[in-house]
Amino acid sequence: MAAIYSLYIINKSGGLIFYKDYGSAGRMDTNDSLRLASLWHSMHAISQQLSPVAGCSGIELLEADTFDLHCFQSLTGTKIFVVSEPGTLYMEALLKHIYELYTDYVLKNPFYEMEMPIRCELFDINLSQAIQKDRVALLGR
Amino acid sequence: MIGVGKIKQYTNVLDKPLSKGKQEVSLSAFAFLFSEMVQYNQTQVDNIAELERRLEDAGYAVGARVLELLCHREKGNRRETRLLGILSFVHSTVWKVLFGKALEIGCGGTLVRRVLMEESDRCQVADSLEKGTEHEDEYMISEKELLVNRFISIPKDMGTFNCGAFVAGIVRGVLDSAGFPAVVTAHFVPVEGQLRPRTTILIKFAEEVLRREARLG
Repeated sequence: MAAIYSLYIINKSGGLIFYKDYGSAGRMDTNDSLRLASLWHSMHAISQQLSPVAGCSGIELLEADTFDLHCFQSLTGTKIFVVSEPGTLYMEALLKHIYELYTDYVLKNPFYEMEMPIRCELFDINLSQAIQKDRVALLGR
Repeated sequence: MIGVGKIKQYTNVLDKPLSKGKQEVSLSAFAFLFSEMVQYNQTQVDNIAELERRLEDAGYAVGARVLELLCHREKGNRRETRLLGILSFVHSTVWKVLFGKALEIGCGGTLVRRVLMEESDRCQVADSLEKGTEHEDEYMISEKELLVNRFISIPKDMGTFNCGAFVAGIVRGVLDSAGFPAVVTAHFVPVEGQLRPRTTILIKFAEEVLRREARLG
């Protein structure tokens, strides 16, 4: 059971800086993933403006028939979002954890250029461990 | 007045024992500072060997100071004069003070307490030299994950560059200032069955050091 379909990280101007898919469902080629990332960025920004609630920070969860999209926005405008099976639980916690990994292994790496695609070995290793752990936990629940 | 008499009063400031120093430092703060240091040095050089040398020089300055401080604080103003003595001083005292304490680290707003010292492997002493070093003037300190390398992924195009050069510089600073001139380098050593390579700090002493050791018997 693949609970998570794919993971995206977009920088504050909407460029895709990290993409990874898990499992076969919802696989996309590079162009599609780039398009989806910037589309989400704009939708997120528009939703902030349209929201009837004052001080809205944008869409956190998009529920569709075939998938759920959970989004986390950091204070600096970097957005992390996962596409998962409908009804998958505890995605907020996972997103927070991924953000922690991002701050540790990407931002503290002297060879990473801000706003550029993420190519950090340690981030990849720790991320796959986190996803693995999450899957095991899901199966146990 | 509250508290008066609890603290022993010293008439002379020199009689006061030297403070143990603050034992805890934020790992995040250190990681960011070190990262900036590497980035700054990167802008000043045009090849990787030069970058390694600059990091080593930065470490050298730390090492020279650490030796002075620790000899005074931990060893009652004495310093080691024998080869094995200074090596064990480096891997026990210096390592413990620089890397070995429980640090308070913050990640994502939560404070987690972690002990950072990998059970640091002893540096190989005289009769238990590790395989692969046939030379008697070479010693190694090997650690699973160096504190400075904890968050750093080296890009593929930088080859064998290791930010442990900074730590190698510290070791060289300590040894050199104690009268044991040596060439110290940091290397990645792949381990079977492990995703991440270890870092080995290779110490090659100058000829005069070994001659002196032989004379001392």
